[in-house]
Amino acid sequence: MKILVTDQSGVEHELEGLDGWRTMEVIRDWGLNIKAECGGACSCATCHVYVEDGWFEKLPEPSDDEEDLLYSTLDKKPNSRLSCQILLSEDLDGMRVTLAPSAAKDSEAA
Amino acid sequence: MSNEIVTDVVIIGAGPVGLFAVFELGLLDIKCHLIDILDRPGGQCAELYPEKPIYDIPGFPMVTGQGLTDNLMQQIAPFGPEFHFSRMVTKLEKQEDGSFRLETDADEVFRCKVVVIAAGGGSFQPKRPPVDGIEEYENKSVFYAVRKMDDFRDQDVVIVGGGDSALDWTLNLQPIVRSLTLVHRRDAFKAAPASVNKMKELVMEGKINFLLGQIGKLEGKDGQIDHVHISMDSGDTPLPATRLLPFFGLTMKLGPVADWGLELNDNLITVDTEKFESSVPGIFAIGDINHYPGKLKLILSGFHEAALMAQAAKAVVSPGERVVFQYTTSSTKLQKKLGVV
Ligand SMILES: Cc1cc2nc3c(=O)[nH]c(=O)nc-3n(C[C@H](O)[C@H](O)[C@H](O)COP(=O)(O)OP(=O)(O)OC[C@H]3O[C@@H](n4cnc5c(N)ncnc54)[C@H](O)[C@@H]3O)c2cc1C
Ligand code: FES
Repeated sequence: MKILVTDQSGVEHELEGLDGWRTMEVIRDWGLNIKAECGGACSCATCHVYVEDGWFEKLPEPSDDEEDLLYSTLDKKPNSRLSCQILLSEDLDGMRVTLAPSAAKDSEAA
Repeated sequence: MSNEIVTDVVIIGAGPVGLFAVFELGLLDIKCHLIDILDRPGGQCAELYPEKPIYDIPGFPMVTGQGLTDNLMQQIAPFGPEFHFSRMVTKLEKQEDGSFRLETDADEVFRCKVVVIAAGGGSFQPKRPPVDGIEEYENKSVFYAVRKMDDFRDQDVVIVGGGDSALDWTLNLQPIVRSLTLVHRRDAFKAAPASVNKMKELVMEGKINFLLGQIGKLEGKDGQIDHVHISMDSGDTPLPATRLLPFFGLTMKLGPVADWGLELNDNLITVDTEKFESSVPGIFAIGDINHYPGKLKLILSGFHEAALMAQAAKAVVSPGERVVFQYTTSSTKLQKKLGVV
């Protein structure tokens, strides 16, 4: 399966997705600009992505913790999610997401 | 500068690795002062995952982030480390005589022979809430921490958030303020249940207000707010306020470490694997903040690095003194230091 990730500079990358992995892990392991400071513990919001319409609706509802964290980002949009909370499965084959500016590493911040 | 503290070693960062360094240095009779921007020890373990279990600390099949921190504090207690919390080390300079001078944002100066940077993922800094123009009020009427309670006396205070910091300060400030409103997006709190209950009692007694909503725009002038808008289901409500305390959690930024003239590799301090010394002799870097070939960002690795660093630091603190390697199980001398015999 694959996911399509647009980075902060607008370039789209086609990444090999792995069933059962977190979207954040795939994006991080492919070396894109994602900070993911807490390693997927849903406690940092530095893995913030915008999920493209059509895919966004397919995702399970965010938890209250995820909602709280998203609210703490400056660049939240209606289609915001934390990519560490999106578990990949065949249903999400071809999902398109865009990295939010607030997901950038400090050294490469947009 | 008002305070000057002179000591052997200053450790920057009281995360698990900085704490364990106190133990290794203590066995060699070296006394430490630790400085951390957080208001308590534990670094990432205490701040990001206090309740989550860690499974790869040798000898602990399972221990939580807070549990590990508490155990480390107990383990190093015999060495009497001195902690300086809620301040950031902003400056680090080598002096002509080879010693070091550090400055904090709390107007202190430290002088020491050795600096151990155990700054982990960087300094924790408060997250700014998503409110336009909030910068112009920061540190004048909008604060992300309470440094001086008196700044809040007889003020109309609005606290935003649902975690421990928000609840703790609601309870602590309530007796001295003119009015206090706690605002949170939902009616569930991530704080200690006892604090939540106490807060609810105060609401019932009419001593504080609670609003279910989100913080909107700020009104005021010259850095002084006079109204905070809260968007609630019932619409936008302007609330009179002279102080705002948003608690939106913390994020880690490398911060001033980048400006200390040390050789860096992708924002991490380059060290050797014999002493864990940086490019400046006398400045060591251990734990998540350092880089060397094969580095693993694990607590375990940081502990190992602390042990080797301590041996090298001893040679700087007491030049010429012979260090005899001893085990804590069999050395009466070490056991005396630990207060167990
Ligand atoms: C969710 C999560 C789960 C994890 N699980 C594990 C696990 O299972 N096993 C494992 O081994 N590791 C785990 N880790 C990694 C582990 O937490 C780190 O390796 C460890 O905390 C590093 O310790 P440290 O003392 O080097 O740094 P930190 O814990 O980052 O502490 C550094 C401290 O330095 C302070 N500081 C930095 N700069 C300054 C300054 N200029 N002035 C004052 N203070 C400063 C910071 O505020 C901080 O308190 C996990 C991490 C996370 C986020
Ligand atoms: S990686 Fe921290 S919240 Fe997702």
